[in-house]
Amino acid sequence: MVIVQPLKDGTERGEGTQEADHPTSHVVAFGADRPLRLDSGVDLAPFQIAYQTYGTLNADRSNVILVCHALTGDQHVANVHPVTKKNGWWETLVGPGKPIDTERYFVICPNVVGACMGTTGPASTNPKTGKPWGLEFPVITIRDMVRAQAMLLDHLGIEQLFSVAGGSMGGMQVLQWAASYPQRVFSALPIACATRHSAQNIAFHEVGRQAIMADPEWRGGRYHLEGTNPRRGLAVARMGAHITYLSDAALHRKFGRKFQDRENPTFSFDADFEVESYLRHQGISFVERFDANSYLYLTRAMDYFDLAADSGGVLANAFKATPTRFCVISFTSDWLFPTSESRAIVHALNAASARVSFAEIVTDKGHDAFLLDEPELFAIVRGFLDGAARARGL
Amino acid sequence: MSNLNVPSIERTPGGARVDLVLMSEMVERGAKVLDVGCGDGELLHLLSESRGVDGRGIELSREGVNECVAKGLAVIQGDADTDLGDYPDDAFDYVILSQTLQATRHPRAVLEHMLRIGRHAIVSFPNFGHWQVRLQLLFAGHMPQTDILPYSWYDTPNIHHCTIKDFRQLCTEIGVQMERAVALNAWGKPLRLNAPWWFWNLFGEQAVFLVSRKG
Repeated sequence: MVIVQPLKDGTERGEGTQEADHPTSHVVAFGADRPLRLDSGVDLAPFQIAYQTYGTLNADRSNVILVCHALTGDQHVANVHPVTKKNGWWETLVGPGKPIDTERYFVICPNVVGACMGTTGPASTNPKTGKPWGLEFPVITIRDMVRAQAMLLDHLGIEQLFSVAGGSMGGMQVLQWAASYPQRVFSALPIACATRHSAQNIAFHEVGRQAIMADPEWRGGRYHLEGTNPRRGLAVARMGAHITYLSDAALHRKFGRKFQDRENPTFSFDADFEVESYLRHQGISFVERFDANSYLYLTRAMDYFDLAADSGGVLANAFKATPTRFCVISFTSDWLFPTSESRAIVHALNAASARVSFAEIVTDKGHDAFLLDEPELFAIVRGFLDGAARARGL
Repeated sequence: MSNLNVPSIERTPGGARVDLVLMSEMVERGAKVLDVGCGDGELLHLLSESRGVDGRGIELSREGVNECVAKGLAVIQGDADTDLGDYPDDAFDYVILSQTLQATRHPRAVLEHMLRIGRHAIVSFPNFGHWQVRLQLLFAGHMPQTDILPYSWYDTPNIHHCTIKDFRQLCTEIGVQMERAVALNAWGKPLRLNAPWWFWNLFGEQAVFLVSRKG
């Protein structure tokens, strides 16, 4: 259920949008004097960044790991989510004694620009109008997200990151960090990602966006003002995307052709199959916590991502003379960001003489494997960070 | 082609493989090294511990790679035959190929790439000219199987066997300068330095060559 609270001006906004302006997180507000200069040429100001931290910052501020979240993730990496009340999305990997050990490292995860959990995005209130930005929010890029994160770290007085880690869109941010601020990144863990979004992935995103825009409740992006919410469109977008996060084998293993709470088909368009019921649930629960316009902006940011294009078409130039040590990880059954994409990263890093490790993990869990219980992933992340920590003198 | 599978090679009292210790001693301290076919990372580990090198590895087997990365070594999954082309010229001081040359599809191209990527190459391989190998073929009439070459002809990863003499000839052909060569006997002991090449070729069970580009 979406909890809807009436606002003063008579419109209705979901709890998700409450989080957009008043997040259950630390917040740093950047005033008009500190604009975020966007790739589109627009200066975003004022704006705010919501972030979570775990662990303790050491005296020389050298133990910071920046975690970058994926498209539908947020800053709640390893705590109970304020809206869904579920565990953090990377509690398998981040926490005391975990591979990203919060007894040893200081972990920061900011909500990305354009998202809806407290960092300024289309669901946030535009200070100029006093109303939600909606489609008046400028189009943002992965580089803009990273630039905003750099401003946050400047504000917190953190010069160098011991590591930057993330999967999927988070991995794109990791690569962008290494390309934009090589001296600030001691080690980088791009997982299940690519240096550019493929045509197939742009196509999937476009289907999701069209599903949202086709929902009459979307109202040209003005649903916050008109008291509607394109729930169905966003749910369909999520259902489609969710399929791409899994794999044929995982779906078969999990659901097969099993019926949902029934013995026989109903000869209707009810959710007869378990897999249908599962997808519907995924769609409905996503709508509770995510803003439809944010989904448009963040998918667009991923579509625009092309690290080589920013470096004269030569990917290796993006990492020229990089001092960063990399650990690239892919999963065998990931068809959204297949191993070939990770190999392209590794080739470019080799051509740039970078210190790079690359491991492909065998799993049938698809793209989502980076969020799941994968002991080999844990061992590799732990080993890579241990090695980097020795080199950094941590 | 991973040296994970190299069987029964002699070890030092410290537990390190004799050929690896020998190779590590050929590497200058603090050098930048690429180990091609690095297996479980034993040589890379030895090099970083004993010589303080900046080491990288390529390994074909997924298990080997993941084990290396989990140990904190910089290793990628790749194939000596296809992936050396991705590295720029002069990226390393040394490129090492340990017990892997005979398992590559194009040994000559691999050696040429090694010397393009690195100033020096270190190559170790089982010597097919060893007397045991010769005797087995001559008298028993079957494909030789020894401690260091334990595979049957039908399941061996080794497709390009060579002798010490063959390797020297290849070096001459592609204009490679030989800096050091060591042959090890069946007990992992280096043979006399002043012995003639035919002696090494007959009694060396394996050989380690340090070569470099001419000029």
